Amino acid sequence: MQYNWDWGILFRDPYIWWLVDGLKWTLMIAMCAWVLAFVLGSALGIMRTSINPYLRLIGTTYVEIFRNIPLLVQLFLWYFVFPELLPEEAGRWVKREMPLPGFTTTVWALGLYTASRVCEQVRSGIDAIGIGQRNAGRAIGLSEAKVYIHVLLPNAYRIIIAPLTSEFLTIFKNSSLALTIGVIELTSMTRQIEEYTFQGFEAFTAATIIYSLVTFTVMGFMLHLEKRLHVPGRIVVEK
Amino acid sequence: MGDFDFAIIYNNIPFLFEGMKTTLLLTVAAVIGGIVIGTVLAIIRIANVPILAWIAAAYVNFFRSLPLILVIFWLYFLVPLVLGRPVGAFSSVLIAFVLFEAAYYSEIIRAGIASVSSGQVAAARAIGMTYTQCMRFIVLPQAFKAMIPVLLTQAIILFQDTSLVYVVGLKDFLVSAELIANRDQKLIEMFMFVAVVYFTICFAGSLLSSHLQRKLST
Amino acid sequence: MKKFILTTAISAIAAIGFTGAAFAGAGDSPTLQKIAERGYVSIGHRETSVPFSYIGDAEEPIGYSIDLCHNIVDAIKAELGNDNLTVKYVPVTGQTRIPLIANGSIDLECGSTTNNLTRQKQVSYLSTTFITGTKIASKVGSGITEIEDLAGKVLGVSAGTTNEKALKAAIAANNLDVKVVTLKDHSQGWLALDTDRIDAYGSDDVLLYGLISKSADTSAYQVTGRFLSFDPYAIMVPRNDSTFERLGRIVMSDLMRSGEMENIYNKWFSPGPTKINMPLSNRLRGAFDTQAYPH
Repeated sequence: MQYNWDWGILFRDPYIWWLVDGLKWTLMIAMCAWVLAFVLGSALGIMRTSINPYLRLIGTTYVEIFRNIPLLVQLFLWYFVFPELLPEEAGRWVKREMPLPGFTTTVWALGLYTASRVCEQVRSGIDAIGIGQRNAGRAIGLSEAKVYIHVLLPNAYRIIIAPLTSEFLTIFKNSSLALTIGVIELTSMTRQIEEYTFQGFEAFTAATIIYSLVTFTVMGFMLHLEKRLHVPGRIVVEK
Repeated sequence: MGDFDFAIIYNNIPFLFEGMKTTLLLTVAAVIGGIVIGTVLAIIRIANVPILAWIAAAYVNFFRSLPLILVIFWLYFLVPLVLGRPVGAFSSVLIAFVLFEAAYYSEIIRAGIASVSSGQVAAARAIGMTYTQCMRFIVLPQAFKAMIPVLLTQAIILFQDTSLVYVVGLKDFLVSAELIANRDQKLIEMFMFVAVVYFTICFAGSLLSSHLQRKLST
Repeated sequence: MKKFILTTAISAIAAIGFTGAAFAGAGDSPTLQKIAERGYVSIGHRETSVPFSYIGDAEEPIGYSIDLCHNIVDAIKAELGNDNLTVKYVPVTGQTRIPLIANGSIDLECGSTTNNLTRQKQVSYLSTTFITGTKIASKVGSGITEIEDLAGKVLGVSAGTTNEKALKAAIAANNLDVKVVTLKDHSQGWLALDTDRIDAYGSDDVLLYGLISKSADTSAYQVTGRFLSFDPYAIMVPRNDSTFERLGRIVMSDLMRSGEMENIYNKWFSPGPTKINMPLSNRLRGAFDTQAYPH
């Protein structure tokens, strides 16, 4: 074997800064997309559990469409096809004037896709609370909106902390798809280091360690949070 | 949308079909490989074999913490280095998928095995079955039957994930369509068509999965 | 006693001579020894690096770099005294060329690989066979020539390339207001130029000429401006094998001295079978001249 190891490359200028920069973009994509996915997913979850059949239909249709098309294909649709379907002026703006086109497109695509998954988690959380609390809320005179805000959602979120954490980590990992439309996030950055230095082994190892460290840190933190926010009287299902 | 060019799709059906064959072949091979290794990992963890169980758990958590694209890049680089000879993109990618999916399948299978009541295991052992026999004849058949809908759902996810072979340029369904899209400047038509095809297959799969779920729960 | 020493010496010399015959000419080169043992030279080639190294109509790898490598193969045959050596082609990509050369799967990488000092820690290179650099391509009639003309416009680059670094540095150095968009690869970049996502696309000039030659209307695009980076291409060989490397360098020097190098260049570039048209530049001619080392 003629492979020349050089682990020092990872700590030398400029490569260490490439890694830092890549991680920065990965985290920014993950967090922005998560805000979108969480808000929209919660709204869709409410719609799917609502008593209004039209709202339920909208929620179900959204979920079926977004989870049955591969994320990469959705990303390409947003990046290549969407601007062409807009009126000329708007399409031109999206293609040329929009700030950080690759980043913005990835955040939208990832956020809209993950919203369909968050929606399913929120729905299962609300379902798990049972009809009793909903009826009790209505019985004491709360409107349906207030039942959701004060009774169902706070409980549902506490029940689904674990699945929501794993959805966040999925977004974090899926952010690597941004490289397919030219965003230089962490995975793309390590490819770039490999390309410049030919030290692929070292570069991929660095990315692997960074992804694992972030994942395990988030998991540890959320496990701690889950214990503190545990809804009394519910059996904890061992994951 | 008035000038949507259906001919471009119709004229390229054979080429697109070749791509779809690669996608399906990869999916099927990865599902089988993933389930086999996943089952082994799950049994090791449930049987609590010392050290091995720890390694299996570490394997599962490790792979679940990585993006699939990174794993694809790793194996694309590593497989030729380790084997000492060039291998096609397909083999590298297949190994990446099997290793990656095994981690996810093992969690599903572990949950499935755990769902078979421990009373049955005790009963089987009481009538003199070995641990292996008990797994083979009592636990696994029931576990797999109960797991079919979830395994199917995971297979649909895997089918969607195979589109990521795009990053090493393996000519699957998506890459074939993209080649035509770029060559003939028909992006709208090709990407819409790809989306519709994936949607139809995955939606049918998820309907089947929930149908099986209902059938099994009654 | 004297006679014994003499006999021993003679048999020792004979033995050395005999071993030498078994590995005729392989000397201390691990690569040559390996080639002698297995009976073929393993050439790593690209599949789409037009016109350096790509799959031709006969499904065989062809191109400028491939032709040069065949000259090296002939020299290896002569060195090992084995006319029956065959060539085995191994397809490589930008990502697999390093593992394949590191584990000895390929003896020569004949593609379009830039020689830089960082990479030389991992592999060795033969003489510079081609010089390219970053330029910009735009639509004819866009009024764009130099990077300065891009003020207030959008420039596309392939993400993570030397071109990206060079263009960003040039923009920063001239304090220009240019919006830079990174694209995944050249086909996405060309598509972006075609669909007006970007006003110009920056890359190695030879690649830009190649992209134009493949487009539907070759007269609609232009490559303009000064070189913004320096990228010398060379054939890549395993590191730590100076004997093998020297053999390759001798071949290259001979080709450059005799003028055969220029003929091979003209065959592929001026104009080549792929419609690409890049007459030999003075710069590259100069490089050929200075690398034609005497024996």
